[in-house]
Amino acid sequence: MGDINNSLKNQPLLETIKQDDGLFQIRLSGDWTLNNLVAMPELIKGIKQSVNNNSSKWDLSSINILDTASALLLWQAWGQKTPANLDIKPEHLRLFALWPKQALPDMETPGFSVQSILTYLSGELTSATSQLLTFITILGQLLLDTGHLLRYPRDVPWSEISITIYDAGVRALGITALVGFLIGIVLSYLSALQLKLFGAEIYIIDILGLSVIRELGPLLAAILVAGRSGSAMTAQIGIMRVTEELDALSAMGISHSLRLVLPKVIALTVSLPLLSVWTSVAALIGGMFSAQNTLDISYQQFLLKLPDAVPLLNVFIGLGKSAVFGLMIALIACHFGFRIKPNTESLGNETTNSVVAAITVVIMVDAVFAILFMDVGMP
Amino acid sequence: MSEPFAIRLEHIWTSFGDKVVHKDISLALPKGEILGLVGASGCGKTVLLREIIGLQIPNKGEIFVMGESLKTLSSSHGKRLRNHCGVLFQKGALFSVLNVFENIAFPLRELGIKDEEFIKRLVFMNLENVGLLAKDAWLKPADLSGGMTKRVALARTLILEPSLLLLDEPTSGLDPISSQDFVDLLSSLHRDLKFTVILVTHDLDILRDLCTQIAVLADQQLVAFGTLANVLACKHPFVQRYFHNQRAQRVFSYQAQPRTQQGQLNG
Repeated sequence: MGDINNSLKNQPLLETIKQDDGLFQIRLSGDWTLNNLVAMPELIKGIKQSVNNNSSKWDLSSINILDTASALLLWQAWGQKTPANLDIKPEHLRLFALWPKQALPDMETPGFSVQSILTYLSGELTSATSQLLTFITILGQLLLDTGHLLRYPRDVPWSEISITIYDAGVRALGITALVGFLIGIVLSYLSALQLKLFGAEIYIIDILGLSVIRELGPLLAAILVAGRSGSAMTAQIGIMRVTEELDALSAMGISHSLRLVLPKVIALTVSLPLLSVWTSVAALIGGMFSAQNTLDISYQQFLLKLPDAVPLLNVFIGLGKSAVFGLMIALIACHFGFRIKPNTESLGNETTNSVVAAITVVIMVDAVFAILFMDVGMP
Repeated sequence: MSEPFAIRLEHIWTSFGDKVVHKDISLALPKGEILGLVGASGCGKTVLLREIIGLQIPNKGEIFVMGESLKTLSSSHGKRLRNHCGVLFQKGALFSVLNVFENIAFPLRELGIKDEEFIKRLVFMNLENVGLLAKDAWLKPADLSGGMTKRVALARTLILEPSLLLLDEPTSGLDPISSQDFVDLLSSLHRDLKFTVILVTHDLDILRDLCTQIAVLADQQLVAFGTLANVLACKHPFVQRYFHNQRAQRVFSYQAQPRTQQGQLNG
């Protein structure tokens, strides 16, 4: 590694020599580059000390390399001027001539004031209004597109729909099954502990069946899909903005909503109910497994009792809810995707916003369904 | 200085799967030269540049930057070496979350410099050097035109005054005026700072006006390396097509004034 020291690092040196006349001569030599100086802070201290000592003569003629930044450091240390008695190579002198005539613009420092708060609030309000407007625009455009497709069924983007069903639905089968199965086990195990106290073990089937089919299955699937596919959809549209693919589509006269939004909305509206059934089944299997181990309720008994415990209507409520969840997740994902500006910060922010908004809306819609169907489907 | 060469490539072989990109490329570039790396699109110029930066490792062969082998470099020496190399990427690669000022100040802050006045003076000096106005400092990269992006990226690259400058197609996408400004800027900086430059380009004017050395990549090999006159004399079919087509002949015959400057540069 000796070579790097020779080729890159010709050490800068500061020597103080006492002359015969009693005055000091400060001699600088070597490579005075910013990289070297940062590694040797004692040099800058040495310079400042020498300035304070009122040293008479500065000899910079032995400096091998002097870069602009080091010249600035020296000039600042000298008190923003060059010393009267200075010995320097002519090509280095030019570096000190730059600074005195430099006019520095004022830095923008946003102060704290009532006006800044008002500006911030009005900005937030405008942003919220524009969000609402663009969301309504997407929704309206979607309705128009649906009308268009009903008139011209040839234009239905089948391949995009099928790709999205595969990506958001088929590829989510593993994770939804795993999460459903584990939640089923946990729910069954915890309920079993309580039911045993009352000797009401058989009601585990009612508890599991109703909560899983009506609530947990659709909700779990929706939350997983919002995190998994919602974020992906937002990021995909955002990257398409960054790489100008959105503009390319527009230039070819292809509607964004028809080719990008609609397939995602249809695909999620179709695949989320299916995924929710799949998650419910996995959760029930987990619950059955746990019930057999903790309460000695056999699989056969569980399956025979299930239709009595849970009226069929609950399955349809679950399916309907899931379809709405899918619709909302896709719409929100696309809405935030189109809001992404071509920079990395915006991409991250809007993807986060998309997932948070999707999960919140899913839970809100779920609450609305719970209120609307309060008396429907109970055994 | 013990090492007379800024860059030494020794028997570089690179391949991606079955596709061979570089077959036994060797080259030694003395310090202070401006090397133009040319070749057909997709012939591995950018890959070679990335290998010199250390972003990619060749399958075989060794690369020496300022006398240091990239293979045996420890991370601390590597960091030190990188501070001596400035890289200008094709699209500027500005940090989109930072404004122009913070982009240019980034290398200084990374060195641990805290003195705000020092940073401010140096950043505005560099902005002026690359021909930008002080008010441009508060713009975000997304608001910049292609030419401005390149200028800001160059200012960021130059702020630590690297001894080796690597430029990937610096004038692509620039209008002829900006492109000429860029050439003038680079040659005046080169006169002052005496750095070594390697630039990948398709711009014949740059080869004529700026480069002191030219390397031609074709058929996965280095087919010509030397001054423009040497390369023009090369008989390789690719060189013949690239440097002796009608357009190139027009460019290289229109050379009365720049050519004499070139002669001086060549020494």
